[in-house]
Amino acid sequence: MKIIEAVPGREVLELNYPLVSDFLVRFVREELEWRGFKKAVVALSGGVDSAVTLALGVQALGAKNVYAVYMPHAISRPESREHAELVAGMFGVHFEVVDITGMVESYAAQVPDITPRRKGNAMARARTIVGFDKAEQYGGLHLGTGNKTERLFGYYTWHDVADTGPINPLGDLYKTQVWGLAEHLKLPEAVIKKPPTADLELGQTDEGDLGIAYRRADVILEHYLKGYPDDYILRLGYTEAEVARVKHLVNTTHWKRTIPTVAVISTTAIGEFYLRPLDFRLEQSP
Amino acid sequence: MIRHAVLQLKPEKGQIRKNLERIAQALSELRSYKPQVAVLPEAFLTGYFLQGGVRELAMTREELSERLQAMYRSLDWGEPLDLIVGFYEQDGGVYYNSAAYLELGGRGLVHVHRKVFLPTYGVFDEERYISRGNRIQAFDTRYGRVALLICEDFWHSLTATIAALDGAEILYVPSASPARGFAGAEPANVARWKSLCQAVAAEHGVYVVLSSLVGLEAGKGLAGGSVVAGPEGNLLAQAPAFEEAALIAEVDLERLAPVRYDNPLLPDLEGGLPLLIPDLQRVMGQSGGREGRA
Repeated sequence: MKIIEAVPGREVLELNYPLVSDFLVRFVREELEWRGFKKAVVALSGGVDSAVTLALGVQALGAKNVYAVYMPHAISRPESREHAELVAGMFGVHFEVVDITGMVESYAAQVPDITPRRKGNAMARARTIVGFDKAEQYGGLHLGTGNKTERLFGYYTWHDVADTGPINPLGDLYKTQVWGLAEHLKLPEAVIKKPPTADLELGQTDEGDLGIAYRRADVILEHYLKGYPDDYILRLGYTEAEVARVKHLVNTTHWKRTIPTVAVISTTAIGEFYLRPLDFRLEQSP
Repeated sequence: MIRHAVLQLKPEKGQIRKNLERIAQALSELRSYKPQVAVLPEAFLTGYFLQGGVRELAMTREELSERLQAMYRSLDWGEPLDLIVGFYEQDGGVYYNSAAYLELGGRGLVHVHRKVFLPTYGVFDEERYISRGNRIQAFDTRYGRVALLICEDFWHSLTATIAALDGAEILYVPSASPARGFAGAEPANVARWKSLCQAVAAEHGVYVVLSSLVGLEAGKGLAGGSVVAGPEGNLLAQAPAFEEAALIAEVDLERLAPVRYDNPLLPDLEGGLPLLIPDLQRVMGQSGGREGRA
């Protein structure tokens, strides 16, 4: 008698990346189209998220319709520029450099007590100004590059260039999955393999800031979001400290994942009572 | 033989006039196939996710009928055309997610089904904005007896069972199913729909015609993957995910009798179901109460 044991059902992060890629390309094209745009700007940082976003943008719109902007500050790592140029060159898109040092330092000079963290936030928002300006210059929209892990952790500067893109192809992909997609898209190893960093403070790495590795955090997140109890997650081989850290990061940052909170006065408060999907448009007269 | 065209089309949100034109354009392209029945997805005339916009875009049955008849007249089709389409219905200040069966160029509006099972979980929020229908019933068309079930209606095998027991030979299922689950060869919901259609068709010895919406609505990718399943549970035609497509499929009701003779599950159900009604009432708490479960 053959004895065949069932394979236990497990939550997995592995995706069919060709299928995901095709879907996200369609997403970029269609979501720009109904908004009336055919061009996009991507703020390249040298990291994997913006590289994947650029690749999707190029597949959706064609290289001539995608503009890559690299926005260094004096403290940015030299390898960030190298990687940004490498990726832009690989896809044959227009590449330009806008140095934000002057913008940021001009402000910093007025607030002498500014900390590295505050200056990093100013850098991120200076890039937002440039990103939107470039979108206006080229008649396109800039694409958000934030991934699901950093969105869940609130690990980004609110209203920074990654957060404010009118459309965000990677927003429902964990960092682990962005890496998987990057491999499918055959992005340079140097971009995929390097430790992720916001490159806003000297020596900063994402995993150092977060206190947990992305690949471990993502598995915990997936189970936590689906409602599995802590004990279940611990049995998968994660520590109490890791689970607590993930839950803390998620639960102290819900406010960052919403639009600004309005004091509700009426029964027609926007987003509370008056609810319309963002693509809703009543018919115009012929 | 009844020639069907399953129109897996992408609507423009809120643009009823344009969506009617899109139906006309698609039918014109298919004129040489001479479809006798055209099947469109759930909420095709407006797009699926409307939130409170239901109030602005829902139509009465009369308005729907008039607009579709006008569309039909613009086609100069030459003979009657049966058409099934999902729309948001307004009836005296109450709103429904409905699907209509019309005989254009003939009897006009034949039947309207109001969705009973309103998904209000996850990405869905139907019951906040619309009311439940409360009936599943088959009805006669010029080709045969059929029934309409909308999207989640079909995920409960009980609804197809009622329709089949009511004599339906074809189940038309307009749906709108946002893609989710990207680990396999196709989105998990597309795979699930396919297996559901095959299973229900085989269980009752009926044809199942699924017309599934495509197009991105605010980031949610309506998945498509429309299918026509035959009474043996075989897939007669299948549309790709995400892309607009038209399935041309001939439905032959004369196949039903021999298929059902070989696999008489429906007559078995007719015989066995009365024995189970007391248990159905028991588990629903109407006779004996829930304690009876123990």
